Amino acid sequence: MDLRELYRDVILDHNRQPRNFGRLEPGGAGGAGGELRHADGHNPLCGDRLTVYVRMSGERVEDIRFEGSGCAISTASASLMTEAVKGKDRAAIRRLFDAVHATLTHHDAEPGAALGKLAALSGVREFPARVKCATLSWHTLNAALEHGAASVSTE
Amino acid sequence: MAAEVSPLTLAYDVARVRRDFPILATHVNGHPLVYLDSAASSQRPLPVLRAVEDYETHSHANVHRGVHALSQAATAAFEGARERTRRFLNARSTREIIFVRGTTEAINLVAQSYARPRFGPGDEILITALEHHANIVPWQMVCEQTGCTLKVAPIDRRGELIYEAFLELLNRRTRLVAVAQVSNALGTVLPVQRIADAAHAQGAVVLVDGAQAVPHSRIDVRTLGADFYAFSGHKMYAPTGIGVLYGREELLAAMPPWQGGGEMIRTVSFEQTTYNELPWKFEAGTPNISGAVGLAAAMDYLETLGIEAVAAHESRLLTLATREVGRIPGIELIGTAREKASVLSFTLAGVHAHDLGTILDTEGIAVRTGHHCAMPVMTFFGIPATARASFGCYNTEEEVARLVAGLGRAREVFG
Repeated sequence: MDLRELYRDVILDHNRQPRNFGRLEPGGAGGAGGELRHADGHNPLCGDRLTVYVRMSGERVEDIRFEGSGCAISTASASLMTEAVKGKDRAAIRRLFDAVHATLTHHDAEPGAALGKLAALSGVREFPARVKCATLSWHTLNAALEHGAASVSTE
Repeated sequence: MAAEVSPLTLAYDVARVRRDFPILATHVNGHPLVYLDSAASSQRPLPVLRAVEDYETHSHANVHRGVHALSQAATAAFEGARERTRRFLNARSTREIIFVRGTTEAINLVAQSYARPRFGPGDEILITALEHHANIVPWQMVCEQTGCTLKVAPIDRRGELIYEAFLELLNRRTRLVAVAQVSNALGTVLPVQRIADAAHAQGAVVLVDGAQAVPHSRIDVRTLGADFYAFSGHKMYAPTGIGVLYGREELLAAMPPWQGGGEMIRTVSFEQTTYNELPWKFEAGTPNISGAVGLAAAMDYLETLGIEAVAAHESRLLTLATREVGRIPGIELIGTAREKASVLSFTLAGVHAHDLGTILDTEGIAVRTGHHCAMPVMTFFGIPATARASFGCYNTEEEVARLVAGLGRAREVFG
């Protein structure tokens, strides 16, 4: 197993400097009255905890942020996710998650061009114990989109 | 030649010990396995594996049930293991030795059968901030069921119990004190004897969670002052699924059975059932017979090695690892109690424990990462998780060096 496949430069960079890190406040900067939702995610195995905040404009994610603490894989995955989904609608986000999930779990899956930077997560599939770290933020985002305010656990 | 033999070799032949553990020859990710996770579960030596195989091959039948030869052989093996356990703990009687699945089941048995029928509003159960979830949650359940209150004695930044604060929380309302003898997350050794004396002076009974202590120290439940003592086989070189609850006979005798079924009864009719005597009153159903046989073999094995010699060997490794790991830039040791057993918990700046675990695994090094079933301990130190290296009778100085090199690799990867 090649550690460099798992901890690619993109992953290490997003771990060190997570993008869109922090919370979204009601009526805060950049938010022109969209519906604010959030959900908490928790991976009890390793103690990863994060909260994903989204501001919706109809079906579209107008803004997204996350906060919490976790391993490099879960932090980078959350950071990459926020960049990838901002501005997309629910259906597009669902398709993207399906593509990410396939990349993380299927050995023969070729990361398609649609994944963009998210393809950096493909090294995780050689480390099955770490797949949950990479999917935590996505499950949490799903919970926020589906239920508004909820808590999910990967166990 | 003799001059070249190191004091360590003279005192304790770890190479020979390692030959007793076939799993240690495993290669992981192309590297010889470095197993530093014995606090989660130790490996089993050949004498234990053989004792289990021998029992399964030649002696198995159900216990206490048949007049036939195999049933008698199985009963003799099972009850022999109970007598072996009595000697291991220096208990007065085999009536005080209950076989259970492990430490968790032992504590739940005391919670449900001793505490629940007796405790009520105004009563207090006192634990410490170092406890494993298995010595927290069963008491929280009793508090919900009875209205009694859980009190928690605090620890300091070294991970030591603040004994004066413990004494302040101890009073006439304290009905039970439940403490680990050795902390699984930090390795702190608690002053159990002093704790027990103080608790008894207030009329409380004392349960000791010995899961992390039995592989490293000679246990004498009477000297210790434990009214109940719980431990698991699999952390002391025996199989999983077998553990022991020791209880003082007069306490056990007054407790109702916990689970109902076969074995624990004397007579059953639809109107009235009478219960079996100790210890079988608490052993409903067919027990883990081969596990008990393996446990007895593990006790023999530990005493053949000499438990003091094992403890001294582990202590040398811990001292070495504390020094060598502690000098790596970015390492913070979590748990620096003056008296510790076999556990080195730490964090590395900029590298989450879970990433550390993966990186070390690619080097063939097995450590535990996470909260170690002690989330309140992690909360106290303000960290989500630690990496924990723990040492057993088979670990070596070379393995400590491999750990140090692996941590260097982690720093490289995360640059």
